[in-house]
Amino acid sequence: MGSDVSHDEVARRLRRRTIDMLWRAQAGHPGGSLSAAEILTVLYFGAMRIDPTRPDWADRDRFVLSKGHAAPIYYATLAERGYFSPELLTTYDELDSMLQAHPFVGLPGIDTCSGSLGQGLSVGIGMALGARLKGSEARVFVLLGDGELQEGQVWEAAMAASSFGLDSLTAIVDANRLQLYGTVESIVSLEPLPDKWRAFGWNVLEVDGHDCAALAAALCAAAAPEITGRPTVIIAHTTKGKGVSFMENSVEWHSAAVTDELRERALAELVSGAAS
Amino acid sequence: MSAERTGEAAASGPALPRPMVAARDAFGQALVDLGAADPRVVVLDADLATSTKVSMFAAAYPDRFFEVGIAEQNMTSIAAGLATMGFVPFTSTFACFASKRATDQIRIGIAQPRLGVVITGAYSGLLAGKTGKTHQSVQDIAILRSMPEMTVIVPGDAVEVRAAVFAAAEYGAPIYLRLTRDPSPVVFGDDYDFRIGVAVTVREGADVTVMTTGLMLPRALEAADTLAAEGIQAHVLHVPTVKPLDVKAVVEAAERTGLVVTAEEHNVLGGLGGAVAEVLGEHRPTLMRRVGIRDTFGESAPNDQLLQKYGLTAHDVAQACRELTATRR
Ligand SMILES: Cc1ncc(C[n+]2csc(CCOP(=O)(O)OP(=O)(O)O)c2C)c(N)n1
Repeated sequence: MGSDVSHDEVARRLRRRTIDMLWRAQAGHPGGSLSAAEILTVLYFGAMRIDPTRPDWADRDRFVLSKGHAAPIYYATLAERGYFSPELLTTYDELDSMLQAHPFVGLPGIDTCSGSLGQGLSVGIGMALGARLKGSEARVFVLLGDGELQEGQVWEAAMAASSFGLDSLTAIVDANRLQLYGTVESIVSLEPLPDKWRAFGWNVLEVDGHDCAALAAALCAAAAPEITGRPTVIIAHTTKGKGVSFMENSVEWHSAAVTDELRERALAELVSGAAS
Repeated sequence: MSAERTGEAAASGPALPRPMVAARDAFGQALVDLGAADPRVVVLDADLATSTKVSMFAAAYPDRFFEVGIAEQNMTSIAAGLATMGFVPFTSTFACFASKRATDQIRIGIAQPRLGVVITGAYSGLLAGKTGKTHQSVQDIAILRSMPEMTVIVPGDAVEVRAAVFAAAEYGAPIYLRLTRDPSPVVFGDDYDFRIGVAVTVREGADVTVMTTGLMLPRALEAADTLAAEGIQAHVLHVPTVKPLDVKAVVEAAERTGLVVTAEEHNVLGGLGGAVAEVLGEHRPTLMRRVGIRDTFGESAPNDQLLQKYGLTAHDVAQACRELTATRR
């Protein structure tokens, strides 16, 4: 833990910061940001070997936000973890800001650009291959959306990662069952998803993506010696918009502007934790 | 002034036949030698290693060679990841696939973060080993030239290929390196001082300027010999870096003769001809002719027949020069 407060409290703070950023910008993606709060919390306040004072430390673990539209909560996480001042969050999506709508290199803690879905797992493979070539212990974590798995490149990467035997690579699927225009199941089904990953040579774990202890255990299990030579995917079952009742499970809140009134309501829920 | 960078003395006396070397062989050997000198260099292939000759690197440094299978998008994004770890990746596939199959991966993963990845495009232009329009590449320069942050290098012979490979590894920013398949004349000597972004005067002349990129260089030199016999002195400026264009050299060479012919084995839209027209239009409006593929796809046929049908021979360059100089009379 990089902090004394509980994971749940960190996740709540990330959600509050996210709502504020989206409200200020009057743009962005609430649903897919909120569903990833616990995943990012457990990674950045537990699983990852990182040092915010040395963002360029050669042996640091790497993180790729393949679902780049969740940038707001990613920025909130980096700020909360101490990579830069939380005051910078107020510049999200503004002209000349380092906090672009989708992640861009240059902001401390960010190693790669994303925003065009489907590419991050491949980038993670490159990082894991590079770490192996250098004899570095660095692990690589890649966060994907479930809708994103419809991109063919993800499966090119899935084949290659197991073929290269990249056990230092962990993919996490934010499986919130919604994409932009509807449910993943109704648009193009991924099922049976765990079997698909297994067939591609991956070690597959399934967890409740809002249960911090379960997530932490899965991230630990992904590094277990008995899965040497195989990458791990954690299918994290989540709720899109989690933590704000009127955003939960709602396609409308994939991307929508937060009004003054709805901001107040959301923040009130996130103080009490009413919806969770 | 680019005159001091002259690669070859102005033709005096009859031209000797030039030795023929395939750019791909020079490329493969250059990668092997570069790999020995620079441990950061890694090579990625999408199942074309024996064609592109990166198989030579694979044999020499198997641990720094990554075969990703027939998956150009994956290859390109993996290269981006390797670059973030401090490596200098060269990706290898055919030009048609590198420039179109993985354009978005180049854009997001390599160009936007400005990573030092060298994207090599083999079998460019029409001479793709009788594989026809699916494998020929007539758009790659235009596509990659319009990509912000991208540098586009199109070597004219085996010596320039080798020099470009070494220069690219030191560059530290995205490069598209356009390569060719078959033997072509060696133009430059071993002492040739290639620099990214610099055009070279290969032949001096006062009547018309021919600007070349890629394998149109030897064809243009042949055309210049023919024209000299007719009393037309062609000035040949070779432009291996199509982007960023050597604006000063281009404008000076245009001013020198007042007439410009561009020559490239690529669509006349968006390649060297387009780049030169853009620059001259702003700096020094000059009457031009663009020798190149006239906005059409190719077809499968023997090399010499393709070059003839699509207007890419020394004769075509000479004819364009004649047309331009005739406007003076
Ligand atoms: C290549 C590409 N196509 C389309 C989009 C537009 N887009 C942004 S988010 C999104 C839906 C993503 O759904 P999912 O991966 O399930 O993410 P989440 O539900 O967690 O937000 C789409 C289609 C994009 N960013 N990239």
